[in-house]
Amino acid sequence: MTDTTIQLGIVGGYMVLAAAIGVVAYRLTDRTAEDYYLASRTFGTVVLLFTTFATLLSAFTFFGGPNLTFAQGPEWLLVMGLMDGIIFAVLWYVLGYKQWLVGQRHGYVTLGEMLGDRFGSRLLRGLVAAISLFWLFPYVMLQQKGAGQAIVGLTDGAVPFWVGAGGITLFMIVYVAVSGMRGVAWTDTLQGIVMLGLIWAAVAWILSAVGGPSAATARLAETDPEFLALGGGLYTPEYILSTAISIAFGVTMFPQINQRFFVARSQKVLKRTLALWPVLVVLLFVPAFMLGAWAAGLGVTVPENGNVIPAVLNEYTAGWFTAAVVAAALAAMMSSSDSMLLSGASYLTRDLYRPVTDLADEEPTLPPRASLAGRVRRSLLALAVSIGRLLRSDRDREALLARAGVVVFATLSFVASLSAPGTLVQIGDTAFGGFAQLALPVIVALYWSRTTRWGMYAGIGGSQLFYLASVFLSGVPQSYLGGWSASVVCMALGLALTVGVSLLTSASPDEDASLYSVSGVDGD
Amino acid sequence: MLVQLQASTTMWDASNWTRSRFEALGWALAALTVAALAVPWFLWRDSTVVAGLPLWVWWHVGWMGLASVAFYAFTRYGWGVGVESADPAGTETPEVSRDD
Repeated sequence: MTDTTIQLGIVGGYMVLAAAIGVVAYRLTDRTAEDYYLASRTFGTVVLLFTTFATLLSAFTFFGGPNLTFAQGPEWLLVMGLMDGIIFAVLWYVLGYKQWLVGQRHGYVTLGEMLGDRFGSRLLRGLVAAISLFWLFPYVMLQQKGAGQAIVGLTDGAVPFWVGAGGITLFMIVYVAVSGMRGVAWTDTLQGIVMLGLIWAAVAWILSAVGGPSAATARLAETDPEFLALGGGLYTPEYILSTAISIAFGVTMFPQINQRFFVARSQKVLKRTLALWPVLVVLLFVPAFMLGAWAAGLGVTVPENGNVIPAVLNEYTAGWFTAAVVAAALAAMMSSSDSMLLSGASYLTRDLYRPVTDLADEEPTLPPRASLAGRVRRSLLALAVSIGRLLRSDRDREALLARAGVVVFATLSFVASLSAPGTLVQIGDTAFGGFAQLALPVIVALYWSRTTRWGMYAGIGGSQLFYLASVFLSGVPQSYLGGWSASVVCMALGLALTVGVSLLTSASPDEDASLYSVSGVDGD
Repeated sequence: MLVQLQASTTMWDASNWTRSRFEALGWALAALTVAALAVPWFLWRDSTVVAGLPLWVWWHVGWMGLASVAFYAFTRYGWGVGVESADPAGTETPEVSRDD
């Protein structure tokens, strides 16, 4: 029991430190929505790099990923390197820099806002926000589930799942609601550094206990020789490429990552971040994933519903150190979830709530039309206007509503995590694939001025429907053409639909392609 | 801080267009190469171990270092290619400046 006390003390102490940073950030936060969501677009290199990095990391870095390499071999580190280190870095420029320029010029805060303005469509804005929230929810739930399991594992069940997951959720709500983007980014920076330091300490400790990397790999060669050969089993070229491509594109459309494309202070910050990206990915994932694979050779037994990293640490290192690494993993999980809550709340308030309340300014009357569609549309608009009038009071409500959104979102996903079906990786993969479907239509819109509103509806709607069908309907296959995932096939479909339908339709008068045509901005 | 959107209408001509197209193509090919060899396909099914790690892990680590250098070179010499528009449509307001 004393062990449990020490372990909980370490985890608790770490949480309090992160909260203290959040409070300091709060004292520096203006009371404007732009500052709350985007810290007034003033992030420097280290903070932007670590906040994006820490946001990318999740329970998967310490739990799901090493569990996979423990069971299937270490090739996942290649998937991760290609995905986060290279494809994401290229998209960081192609999507991120472009969005940064467009955002600087027109003051956008969310992806939906950027698209809705360009295509003159509230519906598109709301659609993008609704799709994003739909995929975000299970992912936040997954993080809470990971946190709850980690605390159960750490304390051998002395702390039940709901207390662990609930405690983490409560803690996150408090500091996200209080401190906004600046607090989130600062704690992310702390968490990123802690994670990086601890994973290397863990590898050094375990390797010195078993006689170095050569000895550890030799033991792996005896038990699982297949793990050392590149490819085989789960890892086909199609699997590696599908996974890397789908997740990398998906990452860029996750609200919390996409919103970070708007927050850099200057181009210099974006440039430095790009160059550091591949190195950072290798520094974190190679040790974490190799540790999972080595654990297979060391004959570590993982308890049911448990994770391999805490198991191997328990066997070879001290109890307090396991607690510290689990605290880092919780940090990884929180640094993803806090940003997701914040961005989710901004999508909710800016793209779904505010457009509806703004409708209150408008006359609900449309020119009478005889067609059924016209009448349906008119009644829908009248309904939206009355809801808008009901909700509306003044702008102060937006900041309050954003914080309320954080609380509601986190509470619902916590409740869902109590009975969450499926494994971590399966749910995670589903969300990444869902977000990946948004990426290509958005890239087409940013770079091709002939893109039309109907092209966007078709590209986004069609790919989402097909992808949803492949996930939820057993009749729709999950893989195509010898192992390419449904997600990648749906992305291709979305691209074809966006381009094809844009070619077949013409732009409405309220679409403005010139909004995305931006020249270089020197922000320093 | 003064932020300036540079006017590019005046710099716009056909030779610029061709040059930037070639540059964009070159950088795109470089990016594709960096991505294509992050996984050492030529070592498929190879299980050689060097200094305690499979050779393919070492290749990956080295290649990611190279990728970092390539990205750095891009930020020095290629930044803006394909993204910053020299399209006259984008410069209806030739010079925009504002305080940040």
